[in-house]
Parts: sequence; C-alpha cells; structure tokens
Amino acid sequence: MTDTPFDARTWRPPGLIRSSLWRWLLAVTVAIYLASALGSLEINWLRIGQGLGRGVTFLAAFATPDFVTHWRDISEGLAESLTMTGAATVIGIALSLPIGLGAARNIAPMPVYLFCRGVVALSRSFQEVILAIFFVAMFGFGPFAGLVTLSVATIGFFGKLLAEEIEAMDPVQAEAVQATGAGWLQWIDYAVTPQVMPRIIGLSLYRLDINFRESAVVGIVGGGGIGATLNTAFDRYEFETAAAILLIIIGIVMLSEYLSGLIRARVQ
Amino acid sequence: MLRLHRLSKQYQAGDDALKGVDLEVPDGQVVALIGPSGAGKSTLIRCINRLVEPSSGQVFLDDEEVTALGSRRLRRTRRRMGMIFQEYALIERLTVMENVLSGQLGYVGFLRSYFRRFPTETVQQAFQLLERVGLTEHYDKRADELSGGQRQRVGIARAILQQPDILLVDEPTASLDPRTSRQIMRLISELCSERQLAAIVNIHDVTLAQMFVARIVGLREGEVVFDGKPDDLTNEVLTEIYGEEDWQTANDRTEEKERAAKESLEEQMKGLSG
Repeated sequence: MTDTPFDARTWRPPGLIRSSLWRWLLAVTVAIYLASALGSLEINWLRIGQGLGRGVTFLAAFATPDFVTHWRDISEGLAESLTMTGAATVIGIALSLPIGLGAARNIAPMPVYLFCRGVVALSRSFQEVILAIFFVAMFGFGPFAGLVTLSVATIGFFGKLLAEEIEAMDPVQAEAVQATGAGWLQWIDYAVTPQVMPRIIGLSLYRLDINFRESAVVGIVGGGGIGATLNTAFDRYEFETAAAILLIIIGIVMLSEYLSGLIRARVQ
Repeated sequence: MLRLHRLSKQYQAGDDALKGVDLEVPDGQVVALIGPSGAGKSTLIRCINRLVEPSSGQVFLDDEEVTALGSRRLRRTRRRMGMIFQEYALIERLTVMENVLSGQLGYVGFLRSYFRRFPTETVQQAFQLLERVGLTEHYDKRADELSGGQRQRVGIARAILQQPDILLVDEPTASLDPRTSRQIMRLISELCSERQLAAIVNIHDVTLAQMFVARIVGLREGEVVFDGKPDDLTNEVLTEIYGEEDWQTANDRTEEKERAAKESLEEQMKGLSG
C-alpha cells in the first residue's frame, strides 16, 4: 500500500520480555521445573486414605460445635488472647512509629536509616511461631511471651510499611512547610503526618486482626491465649470443642474485618 | 534587598542548572523570571531559600549571607522569604486555616503548633488575609475540597502570613485557566505593592508577565540573557531566550481568526441573498 516499514496487520504490543527467544526459553524452563517438581513428591496414598476419615470426623464436628462443655476454658483463653492482641498492637505500633520515621530514606540521616532498617529487617526475618518459641524459652509459658512475640512482629510489619508510605509522600508539600522556616518536629507534624495518617489508621486496624489470628498460633507453641485452649482440645480429640473455638475465631476476624472496613472508608 | 553573586548549581547527574547568576532585586520590586523549561528558573528560586543547596556562589538578603547560615539561622531567615508553588503545595488533608497558619510555623514553638494554639493576633491576621484573598467562608474546609484558583489563594495567604520581605513564586499560574491566572497574578502584584514586598516570579506566560511586573529577567541554560523593562522584550530578545520561533504569528493569530470568521459570515450572507 505505502512504503512505511510497519505492517498494520501484524502489529502486536511488545511483550514483557521483548526477545521471543527468551520468552519461549523461560516458558519451557518453567514447564520442565513444574513437571520434575511434581514428579519428586512422594505421596503416600494409604496414609492419606486413613487421614481422610479423621478429617471427615473433624469437619463433621463443625456441624455440632460444642461451646458449652469447656466454655470456661474457651472464654478465659479468648479474654487472654484479646488482651494480648490489643496490648501488643498498641505497644508494637508505639514502638514502630519512631522506627518507621527513621527507616524512611527521604527524611532520616544515613546512620539512623541503617539502624532502623536493621531493626525492621531483624523483626521481619523471623516468623511469629519462631519468635514465640524463642520468647517462651526466655520468659516461660504464658501470655507474656505471646505479648512480646506479637509486639516484636508488629514492629517489623508496621515499621516497614510506614517507612514505605513516607518515602512515597508528595515532596512538594514537604518542601512548602520547610520553606516557612518550620523546625523538624513541626515539619513532621504538618507535612508528613497528614499525608500518611490514613495509612497509619488502616495499617493499625489491619495489624490488629493479624495479631488476633497470630495469637491463636502463638498459643499453640506455649504463648497462652485461645491457641493454648485450642491445642488442648486437639490433644484430647475433643473436635467439637475445637470446632467451636475455630468458629469463634472466624467470627471475630470477620467482625474486625467489617469494622475496619467501615473505619477505613471514613478516613481518607 | 536580595542579591545573588555568581550563584551556581550543578546537579549530581552533572548538568549545570545555574552558571554563575548575578542578580539584584531591590526592596519592593516585582521581577518576572522567564525562560524555557529546564532553563533553571525553579532551581534559582530554590537556591535562594536553600531548599536546593547551591554548588557555589552567594545569596545575600540585606546584609545577611543566606548561603553561610547554619540550619537554625537558616530557618529564621526562611521566615522572611515566602514561597508560592505551581501545584499550590497545600497540605491536602489539613483545613484551609491550618494551611494558612502553617506560614507562622517559624515563629511559634512546637507544642503551640502541635495543638494548633496559635497566638490570637496570628489567627486574627490569618482571618484578615483569608478575607483579603476572598476565601472567608472556606476557612474550615479541607484544602483538597477547593478549586485550583482557591487553593492558590490559600497558598498566597500562607506565604504572606510569614510576614516576608520577599516572595519566591514558582509558576503560580501554570495549572490554572487563563482567567484565573490573571486574577492570581493581579492578586500577587497587588499584595506586593500593598506591603512593599519584593518578588521573583517564575512564569511561562510572557504576555502575563508583561502585564503585571516592572522588570523581566530572561534565563537560558542557567544564564541571565536578558534583564530589562517589559516593553524592551522584542522578538529578537524572545528568540535569544527561547530560540527560533515565529513570534509574530502567535500575536496575530487572534486577529486572523476574527477576520476569517467575518469572511465566512459574509460568504453565507451572500449565499442567502443570492
């Protein structure tokens, strides 16, 4: 038609990986890896067959959850977990606010930045269960170990995400407050805080329900709370009680999900 | 008086944004700084209050060498230099009043500012300023509820509340429509003459600049290539600043459109009568 070097009929957007050779090579490699990985799994069908029966019993227990027999244990565990969750969230966030500020590259001097990033990385490198085992060994069984575990875990989570939010703030607003001759604290108060506040509130609520869920896990390794009650129920094969506890956990998580959704929609 | 002496800025990437700029702005004079994008206008303004640290050269505000100040003294001196921004740079989630009052941050202690307990006279002044810029009824609205022109008025009130001696104004109208642009430029120039403020105004729109300022400085690739009265800005000078372009056509375009419209109307009339 014309002498342009383009052919309108065969035009396609360039892919994520521009070279078609690499694209194919990558796809084939992934396929080979998946096939061999699946092949290397050792599956004991006999054991699965036996376990299936037990699983069905457990699932069936959900139809007849028993809230009554061990209600005292359940309510005590629940109260302990909720206390632990609330306290750990408050303590953890209080500690992570300064660390989050320090871990933001655009407002902290280099040594402070490296130190705070170090704290965040250390806290994030251990999963809650591992932290809990460590603190149980340190402080003995019970909710105090759980409280410390959740507080430390909160620092890693909250500090990192807060720092990232601060790094993504609008620099011109920050510049404008600087230009008025404001001091550093005033600058944080007027230029930084308003920009990250909705995120702080959202993350706090999010962390609150993560901490509640984690408190159940932490309890299983000796950190007290509803997890300990759950563990006991499993150990005694009291599946109806276990089912009741799990249903309560699900209910509380859903409730907090709903409430935090309401609150987050209001702060923008 | 503001005086720049051999002011230079080299960014880390290696490009020279400013190459030894000398400039004097006497008290009360409003200067427009024109030049193509990338000429160093924003850098120049930010080097004056050291939001951008100059590589070499000096800035003097009266007898004080701004470029030699430590951070505490610098903050005190920044109070004397109000800044107005292109995208308004208001704190979006704070109220209009809080934004205006933030102009006083350099004068009050942290706790006062934290609890928003500014001195009564200050709040009084802030209300008067809001009235002056025509936003009296909006003081408790959040800044992001306002229109562009209204936001820029808040930005202006904030800068004036600093009680500055000079305004540093960075493209105040670049995000506004032509009519609002004129109103904003008029407001800035009126406030400057009411309060005997000097100002450096970065601006793209040459015609707008000519309407409202007493002196125009042309910047090109980090150097001052023109410094004179608005009327001295000939086509040759514009070419010197911005590069080759048919300047006349732009000015004649409106006239041409009108003529074209008239002719087409006459054609139609002829068709009707014929």
